[in-house]
Amino acid sequence: MDNRILPYQVSGQVLHYIMPKEVDHHVAQSLCKELDMLVDAHQIRELILDFKETEFMDSSGIGVVIGRSKTLGFRSGKVNVMHLGKRIEAIFKASGLYKVVGLKEE
Amino acid sequence: MKGDNYMYIKFDAKSINESVARMTVAAFMMHMNPTLDEIQDVKTAVSEAVTNAIIHGYPETDLVNSKEGECSEKNEIEMICAQEDETLKITIIDKGVGIENVEEARKPFFTSKPDEERSGMGFAFMETFMDVLDVESRVGKGTKVTMIKYIERKDEQ
Repeated sequence: MDNRILPYQVSGQVLHYIMPKEVDHHVAQSLCKELDMLVDAHQIRELILDFKETEFMDSSGIGVVIGRSKTLGFRSGKVNVMHLGKRIEAIFKASGLYKVVGLKEE
Repeated sequence: MKGDNYMYIKFDAKSINESVARMTVAAFMMHMNPTLDEIQDVKTAVSEAVTNAIIHGYPETDLVNSKEGECSEKNEIEMICAQEDETLKITIIDKGVGIENVEEARKPFFTSKPDEERSGMGFAFMETFMDVLDVESRVGKGTKVTMIKYIERKDEQ
């Protein structure tokens, strides 16, 4: 269960979201709902997914990222990712995710 | 580490048990003196296999799960871990609907649920992160996924 207090920040049309410690299928279900709700409520055009706290991610996390880049695409926005650890980066590479999202440097 | 070891666990096909399964395996393999990468590889593969069993093996449970948070039937997943010297063998079994075409299901990006934001990378990840992957399935009977990882013995210094 993700019980952090507000793991995100909204500035203008940019949503900066700190991803949970573990991103699996269980977490992904509620995560997708929350992200979609926030994107909708704040008319977000740029979603930044920050993986600085993420220690584990499986292919469900890829589904989350691909799905969000689609929803953002509908509003002609985009998804950027940042702070990928070695492990998450390997997962991104293995699945070709870099083709759909941009990498954001601090 | 020498010697053999064995573990058998059975748990409800609920998504909350995905983390239970991978953490249990991580604890089981710890005395084989694995690298951090090796632990992560195995955890990812186990997570994929258990997620597959929950979503695809028991599709109705998944629906009931997400709606009411409770299973209507007793749908269970069995996990067997066996260690023989440097070989770690993990078997994950469900008694769900089975896979009609295993060869097709194993292809990267193949998904039977394209509208549900699945990446279709489950089997591809198991193959990438483990040394051996074997999938046996019978429609209406269930699916058995067997994975092997060789954990090389590090020189003790």
